[in-house]
Amino acid sequence: MYPARFRYEAPGSLDEALEVLAHHGDEAKVLAGGQSLIPMVKLRFAAPGVLVDINGLPALDYHREDADGSLAVGALCRHVDLEWSTLLAETQPTMAAAAPLIADPLVRNRGTLVGSVCHADPQGDWASVMLALNASIVAVSATGRRTIPMTEFVLGPFQTALRPDEIAVEARIPAASGARSGRYLKLERRVGDFATVGAAIALETSDGKVVRAGIGLTGVGPNNIKAVEAENVLVGGTLTQSEIAEAARLAAAAAEPRTDHRGTAAYKRQVVRAFVTRGLTPVLVKAA
Amino acid sequence: MTGYLREIRPETITERRVTLTVNGEQRTVEIEPRVLLAHLLRAGLGLTGTHIGCDTTNCGACTVLVDGKPIKSCTMLAVQADGHQVTTVEGMASASELHPVQEGFRQEHGLQCGFCTPGMMLSAMALLERNPDPTEEEVRWALSGNLCRCTGYQNIVKAVLWAAAKLRS
Repeated sequence: MYPARFRYEAPGSLDEALEVLAHHGDEAKVLAGGQSLIPMVKLRFAAPGVLVDINGLPALDYHREDADGSLAVGALCRHVDLEWSTLLAETQPTMAAAAPLIADPLVRNRGTLVGSVCHADPQGDWASVMLALNASIVAVSATGRRTIPMTEFVLGPFQTALRPDEIAVEARIPAASGARSGRYLKLERRVGDFATVGAAIALETSDGKVVRAGIGLTGVGPNNIKAVEAENVLVGGTLTQSEIAEAARLAAAAAEPRTDHRGTAAYKRQVVRAFVTRGLTPVLVKAA
Repeated sequence: MTGYLREIRPETITERRVTLTVNGEQRTVEIEPRVLLAHLLRAGLGLTGTHIGCDTTNCGACTVLVDGKPIKSCTMLAVQADGHQVTTVEGMASASELHPVQEGFRQEHGLQCGFCTPGMMLSAMALLERNPDPTEEEVRWALSGNLCRCTGYQNIVKAVLWAAAKLRS
């Protein structure tokens, strides 16, 4: 399959890339890892007139902890960099658990976290993790820079708050206010398939109490879902079995699954409940 | 997505000159940006050892190494390989000797129809570069992006472990 014809721009600096975007408007699309965009243009679900390839901007290839303890992930940081990251293994349990479960090893060698979030596929894994961790996306244009909270970034399936003249240059994960723990649980029919159901669990505990709780759900709605009510049940508590059961019930209620070839809506809702229970239980055991 | 479906003026379409290193040899081609790396290798450079299976980023038959990392060449534009090193199955063996991974596939009957084999071997080669002594589990994990419709996974895993032992000896 060949994509429809497009004009290819490979800018050598961010300023140049922003200029190209400002010039072409919504005719242009940014190409980073390309593991969603290239399949889309091959299948002709998308036919952008201009592709702006940012792979020539090595300054965007990083992930690092900043002085304030927040984590910054640049637009060219590949899934594999996060999978093998010692920084993540030590400081970001939810992200470290999710990275090896993204697609398959070949896709992980090229695809990026920021690109996955910008693609806004409701079955993408990273958006759930970012929702659970209260992350933000930094968008830059020729006229300025803004930080968009994840809860406002995804507007619908494959739709984001990014303007056509903006590039998402970074994902930012705020510093922890306690000891972090967390998991990413994913049910897939085979490696590389989209999640039937995914659940990102992120907790911060201090003095035996939960000070922050994040639960993000994948594949069970028109968008990735932040299960806010379930999170609220956990905050201030000590992760008792009844709190966990209530959080799991509320997360399942927040899910809006549809019956498809991967399973029935009722089944997926049940998996959410099981995953949230399972994701919180090791934390309970550790705290005891 | 309506904005994407816009006619573009023919004069805005330009062929690009791309120079890449394929199996150690520098090649320069002029191609349209929409040409995929898999197409450049097969149709442009005649290296038909890179197979195209699903053509939808699922199967891994088109796996090649770009700067030593296995990727799906049906999901990368050829222009993006400009200035990079590409290794295909044709680059594995030397003039006189098979690569140990290739030898392993022969010794352990690691192929049936052979369609997935080039991609399997390149993923395996990249794994052994990084991890010369993998466990069976690590081999399975590293090959999990390469599908075999003959389901000959047992012998493929054995072949890679055979090659690992050979490379270490």
